[in-house]
Amino acid sequence: MNALTVKNISVTYDKQPALEQVNFSVPQGSLTGIIGPNGAGKSTLIKAVLQLIPKSSGEVSVYENPLKRERNRIGYVPQRSEVDWDFPTNALDVVLMGRYGHIGMFKRIKKKDKQLAADCLAKVGMDSFADRQISQLSGGQQQRVFLARALSQNADIYFMDEPFAGVDAATEKAMIKLLQEWKEEGKTVLVVHHDLQTVRSYFDHCLLLNKTPIAFGPTDRTFTYDNLQKAYGGALSILAQESSFLGRGG
Amino acid sequence: MQELIELLQNPNARWVLIGSILLGFASGLIGSFVLLKKQSLIGDAMAHAALPGICIAYLIYGVKSTPLFLLGAAVSGLIATYLIQAIVNHSRIKTDASIGVVLSVSFGIGIVLLTYITRHSGGNQAGLDDFIFGQAAAMVRSDVQMIAVGSLLIILLTSLLFKEFKISTFDPQYAKGLGLPVKGLNAILMVLVISMVVIGIQMVGVVLMVALLITPPLAARYWTDRLEWMGFISGLIGAVSGLIGTAISTMGDGLPTGPLIVLTASSIFILSLLFGLRKGLLIKVVQRI
Amino acid sequence: MTYGAWIILTGVLVGVTCGITGALLVLRKMAMIADAISHTVLLGIVLAFLVTQSLNGLPMLIGAGAVGILTAILVQWLDSSGVQSGAAIGVVFTSLFALGVVMLSFIGDGVHLDVEHALMGEIAYVPWDTWTYAGINLGPKAVWMLGGVFILNLTIILLFFKEFKVSTFDPQLAASLGIPILFLHYLLMGMVSFSTVASFDSVGAILVVAMLIVPGATAYLLTDHFGWMIALSAIIGALASIIGYGFAVWLDVSIAGSMAVSCGLLFTLAFFLSPKHGVVSKWWKRKSFRKSMATS
Repeated sequence: MNALTVKNISVTYDKQPALEQVNFSVPQGSLTGIIGPNGAGKSTLIKAVLQLIPKSSGEVSVYENPLKRERNRIGYVPQRSEVDWDFPTNALDVVLMGRYGHIGMFKRIKKKDKQLAADCLAKVGMDSFADRQISQLSGGQQQRVFLARALSQNADIYFMDEPFAGVDAATEKAMIKLLQEWKEEGKTVLVVHHDLQTVRSYFDHCLLLNKTPIAFGPTDRTFTYDNLQKAYGGALSILAQESSFLGRGG
Repeated sequence: MQELIELLQNPNARWVLIGSILLGFASGLIGSFVLLKKQSLIGDAMAHAALPGICIAYLIYGVKSTPLFLLGAAVSGLIATYLIQAIVNHSRIKTDASIGVVLSVSFGIGIVLLTYITRHSGGNQAGLDDFIFGQAAAMVRSDVQMIAVGSLLIILLTSLLFKEFKISTFDPQYAKGLGLPVKGLNAILMVLVISMVVIGIQMVGVVLMVALLITPPLAARYWTDRLEWMGFISGLIGAVSGLIGTAISTMGDGLPTGPLIVLTASSIFILSLLFGLRKGLLIKVVQRI
Repeated sequence: MTYGAWIILTGVLVGVTCGITGALLVLRKMAMIADAISHTVLLGIVLAFLVTQSLNGLPMLIGAGAVGILTAILVQWLDSSGVQSGAAIGVVFTSLFALGVVMLSFIGDGVHLDVEHALMGEIAYVPWDTWTYAGINLGPKAVWMLGGVFILNLTIILLFFKEFKVSTFDPQLAASLGIPILFLHYLLMGMVSFSTVASFDSVGAILVVAMLIVPGATAYLLTDHFGWMIALSAIIGALASIIGYGFAVWLDVSIAGSMAVSCGLLFTLAFFLSPKHGVVSKWWKRKSFRKSMATS
């Protein structure tokens, strides 16, 4: 069963095409990396799929239903740089925000929501920081809080926008472990990712993108030199020289 | 002291004081969101733009009627907000200059209309220039009741939508992802802020109204890291400022109310800046030692 | 000179003095700091009056300059201590202005200085308040003061023309070139204070904001050239004063108010019709571009 089907999504910014004719379907229980050079439209794709920005055309269905009807099954982890970290709020409070969709407008937060949020914070190893004002957390800790917030939504599909950017190695390791657990539970995860070195070990599926999809499918079939060449162009040769991420033995 | 007791014995003055407390609380509460949305100066433009709206309402209906004045003020405040956005969206003018242009020109229009009314409508200004700096002493019972009811409504609505306002201010993208109607929430907040400005200008005046929206939350931020507490403390600071400012203004003859309320709020801000428990200057110095 | 001519001359001087200064403010994204200073200058004037017990030009200039610079310093300081700049501007200007207004209401009624005057100014009285030296009538004091400040501002701008240009365009580059950007910043704040206090008598504290910001913003829509923008801003300020005076006489309304409104009219014209940056011309260009795409 496909958890997510994206048909013909196109987005234009200021009359410039940012995404053209994106089509793909993600099977349930997969962990997909969205890979591509800077400006390839990776974040834009996530935002267009979630209908956070207006798209020019296209359709998105979640478990064969229109996205609007399945909002509560979707979790979103935005880029860390997009919020005001001086905002008067603490870690637990941010996690609680994940419950707002379930609680509903005008209604008050219940005790069991608070308990759930505290559990989620504990799951990412942040329970001792619950009362901390969020600007006093390190980059990795902030990202863990965001992850706990997504966790508290209890969603079936997660979209994560560069969750590993500016995060320490220990956090990255803990996070990827959590994502793999989600996958085992049958959840579907899509991650915008930058580091080509780790693609093979992190993701079972891969979407190579440069304004339009270059390849989509299981990682060992899509994450090839030829496809990367198509996505990255000249920039790849420099990347390839420095690393052996393609698994071709250097 | 004697004067204060006399003041409290006067039922009219009691109403005015209750009105000023509620007004201060409501503006402190809603001001927290204005501040966090970084729209302080837009609030300033809204308040200045209220003046032409009031004058036009007077020119159309030819009578002094507070509800009509407030309607006019609300409409011109909304237009000003829209214009600021439109100028930024459709030209190379940046936000600060756009606010400045709209603010100063609409105030100019207000002054022109005010002098037109003075010189052409039989000299009776209908107390229009009380709107510039606010005059609590000039308010009648029904004015004060409107302030009280309006403020209570704003406090109620803001409390009901508190968590939605909070998330759509902190992380609008995420809020949209949760399926919350972020655009609608922003529109509601905007309407509440304009209503607040409109209700407040009678007491505080158009020139200084913005202070009641930004100074209390700015001061409250030095005492807490939680938005819920910040809104409440900010409301309290607003209420205390409203009470003290109005009391002094009605006791002394002819002292404008708005500047006195603002000065009280500013004094609380300075105290908070120095002695606040979060990021206050004293705490910072102590921590350094 | 006739009564009307003196008023027009005063208005034009306000226009050009504020115009040349305002162009810099708009480019440096400091329009709202100017708004703040033009309010707080009232406190400086009141303080100067309390010290000297007169409304003399020089003490007023000094008082206004000091409070103007104080405003800029306070805003800068709050900003760097973590208060967002819009709120910092708001809290500083409302505090100092409220203080000015309250102190003003303690000053007796006999003095030619009251709240209404401070806000709206009364350009209509300017021609009568003349300066007599050795028995000769030298014309209105306001004209002398405005003329003096205009020459001062113009001299500063000409003297530091390229320094202002570089530090406006790229402050970091300017700093690396050893240009004293902080000095220039406060110099400009001083110029704003002087322009405000000189215009105060004629157009009042709040309408001086229109003269400071709107002509500069209008010029910004019309030209891409730094020097031209300053000149154009002065011309627009002067033009707005003349048109505003005409309207005011015609409709019998506040002269200062209608000068601000004419600033707004000129801005609106430029907003729609500017050959390069106007809404209409941009729309026209897009349309003809599409047409040429369709035919080719």
